[in-house]
Amino acid sequence: MKARVFITLKNGVLDPQGKAIHHALEGLGFAGVNDVRAGKLIELDLADGTSDGEIEDMCRKLLANTVIENFRIERLENAPA
Amino acid sequence: MNSAVIVFPGSNCDRDLAVALEQVTGRKPAMVWHKDSELPEGVDFIGVPGGFSYGDYLRSGAMAARSPVMRAVVDAAGRGVPVIGICNGFQVLTEAGLLPGALMRNARLSFVCREVPLRVENSQSLFTANYNAGEEIVFPVAHHDGNYQADEATLDRLEGEGRVAFRYLDEVNGSARRIAGILNDSGNVLGLMPHPERVIEPAHGRTDGRRLFEGLLETVSA
Repeated sequence: MKARVFITLKNGVLDPQGKAIHHALEGLGFAGVNDVRAGKLIELDLADGTSDGEIEDMCRKLLANTVIENFRIERLENAPA
Repeated sequence: MNSAVIVFPGSNCDRDLAVALEQVTGRKPAMVWHKDSELPEGVDFIGVPGGFSYGDYLRSGAMAARSPVMRAVVDAAGRGVPVIGICNGFQVLTEAGLLPGALMRNARLSFVCREVPLRVENSQSLFTANYNAGEEIVFPVAHHDGNYQADEATLDRLEGEGRVAFRYLDEVNGSARRIAGILNDSGNVLGLMPHPERVIEPAHGRTDGRRLFEGLLETVSA
């Protein structure tokens, strides 16, 4: 079983990397980019039967720093091996 | 004073801190490897040094904060043993939950490596007893992730309880309220981004950091 964890900065937390990316996109001539926020994607290959609670626990204890980051878990139940 | 310096893979200020502690206390600190699950018997001061523990993987300090030795450090801090986290050590202490808030990428993204003026905001702590309140001192900084952030309520509480130990006089890295160093609620844990251990003898050009260790020695030995 696979799961993806998306880690994003909380709203209101300044994202200097996102700002730099935004600036670079503008430098390349891409107009109309209102804002850029950078985050992380972590893919987990898990034993079958790993519960949502366990994945959430992993996020809270290590994968995300909940002072500044939010996380969202996406389970890929039937993903091809 | 029996001190211990924690060493992670990627620490690079551990020896500077050890030299500072030996010069001030007259005793060599125990160098404790991150895989050790216990601290030496009778340790009465713990230093978590600067560097790039675990290559700053995931987040600065995140992996180090979950290493076996940190459980022993958290226990010791809970018993009142003084703990200092300098630079990456500060990041480790926030990740370990010993200090509130988080240290994010510098607001202008660049690595900042220079001497910065600081104000001693609290001269009553274990670590700052040898400074005067409001005194201006200069410590070097060398960091990429020194942008201290916490929610407004936490920042207000830190200010109200006198737990902002050091503040930058100028804008350095985007830190909320220019916070450079904070104390935990019991006052026995200090985290700061600037490096006091790099300014302890005249050959360093300054000795402003020496009084931090001397003050600590006096309070711990008293």
